[in-house]
Amino acid sequence: MMAFLKKYEGLWLFVHSPAAIIAAAVAMVIIFGAVFASGIALVDPYDLASFSLFDGLLPPVWQEGANPKYLLGTDDQGRDMISSILYGARVSLIIGLSALAIAAFLGVGLGLAAGYYGGRFDIIVMRIADVQLALPAILTALLIDGIARGLLPQSIQQDLRVAVLTLAIAMSLWVNFARTARASTFVEMNKEYVHAAIMMGQRPSRVMFVHILPNVLGPLLVIMTVDLASAILLEATLSFLGIGLPADSPSLGTLIRIGMQFLLSGEWWILWIPTIVLVALVVSINILGDFLRDIFNPRLR
Amino acid sequence: MVYFILKRIVQSVFVMAAVAFLAFSLFRFVGDPVTQMTGVETSVEDQERLRDELGLNDPFVYQFVRFTHEMVLGDFGFSYRTRQPVANMIADRIPATLELGVVALIISLMVGVPAGVYTALNSRGVMTQTILMTTLVGVSIPTFVIGIMLIFIFGVQLGWLPTFGRGGTVHIGNWQSSLFTIDGWRALLLPAITLGVYQLTLTMRLVRAEMMEVMRSDYIRFGMARGVPMRSLYYKHALKNTLVPVITIVGLQFGGVIAFSIVTESVFQWPGLGLLFLESIRFVDIPVMGVYLVVIAFFFVLVNLVVDLLYVAIDPRLRIRDVHDGLPEKI
Repeated sequence: MMAFLKKYEGLWLFVHSPAAIIAAAVAMVIIFGAVFASGIALVDPYDLASFSLFDGLLPPVWQEGANPKYLLGTDDQGRDMISSILYGARVSLIIGLSALAIAAFLGVGLGLAAGYYGGRFDIIVMRIADVQLALPAILTALLIDGIARGLLPQSIQQDLRVAVLTLAIAMSLWVNFARTARASTFVEMNKEYVHAAIMMGQRPSRVMFVHILPNVLGPLLVIMTVDLASAILLEATLSFLGIGLPADSPSLGTLIRIGMQFLLSGEWWILWIPTIVLVALVVSINILGDFLRDIFNPRLR
Repeated sequence: MVYFILKRIVQSVFVMAAVAFLAFSLFRFVGDPVTQMTGVETSVEDQERLRDELGLNDPFVYQFVRFTHEMVLGDFGFSYRTRQPVANMIADRIPATLELGVVALIISLMVGVPAGVYTALNSRGVMTQTILMTTLVGVSIPTFVIGIMLIFIFGVQLGWLPTFGRGGTVHIGNWQSSLFTIDGWRALLLPAITLGVYQLTLTMRLVRAEMMEVMRSDYIRFGMARGVPMRSLYYKHALKNTLVPVITIVGLQFGGVIAFSIVTESVFQWPGLGLLFLESIRFVDIPVMGVYLVVIAFFFVLVNLVVDLLYVAIDPRLRIRDVHDGLPEKI
């Protein structure tokens, strides 16, 4: 009943928050475009035969010399900008979401176990989390990426780029989940329903995941939104630094890096359009995260 | 007091040892040092001899102790990529990053503290709302995008400032500085602002929160009741107490600033530690990666230690609490 009320109230608040509505709309448009990229996009940016150099460097339609076929212009290779961005957003979202899933799985699992068992296990997990927290996420991700480059044989490195990048991002984000899950679990451990479940002789894993987890889900959901934004940003930053994805499967960050070459020339759209899409995506996810936090924390209202 | 200082120093040594161990494991287990140092035509016997000479067949603990010992003496080994001593490479790059970080921090303080005080004292004004909104958007924009935007506006469109490199530098001993020429300052400005934006927002929000908290406290209300002028209350009584937590955060931030300079240095091609670290990752130059870690950790630990000591010097309450620190709890 409480959960239902909360949901209902959340919906009510959502309808009355223009910022949240706009943010949700922007995020939905980008996500929709990314999911159905292969249906919407004019050309396939990975398929060299589907575009031609003759269409290179065309400006967006509202500028002179544009080809109305390419609404937002083309890059130097003649790729349609919209198609590149849709596919780029798809790569960014896939990596961001998988990194988030791994981080959440690992972090929540460890956090629940640390809160449930306490004692030495808790101390070890939290010490690792402290060390990790002292390192900025970007440094952790770079480091893991560098180690992977050293450990993996040259031949399979290109194929594993996406996996390495995802893992590097996940490993720098799990701490938030672990800390939040642990703190909430500590509170729940003192409640009667948990005592009852333990006394009934249920397995620890069942108590953790079936009884405690649903009750600590609220704050974790907030972290999930905020961390999704972080994951997308981290991926974009790494790709921008040239550490992330290679140019033949560009994410939004790679597109921005390529666009940097046109910063000094007149072709502004190659740089700024992917940048605007990235910022719009991250800002709207952050606004939604803020909104969720307000819902789950009535004191802030 | 002495006990407190000793305790903190011991903790710092432990942290450094842990980081050194990480760097050592990187060096030892990620890729084979011998294959990195030798070419394809080196015979197996020669490789084995090199392995022996380098002491790579010694017991693990012994190797780690020697590694740490050499590091303390300032011998950081050789880079796989440039074949030069890592110590020299790092020493060449440190001034650029430190100057960038310190200037960024100063900018963030000089703007962040006044902005925080202003927004706390006029919490309902239009100006306050504008500042708060701007900073919210500023936080959401990734660092490299802020850098690109600044380059585009001030470098490309207006043509006021250079967009890459350090500009004119002056050698002072071994320290290559860009703080003594106008050209150097012009080159420093954009990267420092880029790096400082995030810290600025953080400082501003912290000062604002603290200031609002302090303004609600009893001694300020008592001061108001006594008819102490508001100006004196704001800037003498309240601000002083606000700044205590600010010092801690600024200290903790400094390590972050140095680490985040990786991105800024890449955008502006600023020849500092961050750029060196990126290059070393790209070329799997493990010794440089390891030493970078150790150097960053050293700055981190050093600044934190200084901040902790400063904190005790500033806040007398901590000194009193500290007296009981070594004694058993009173029941």
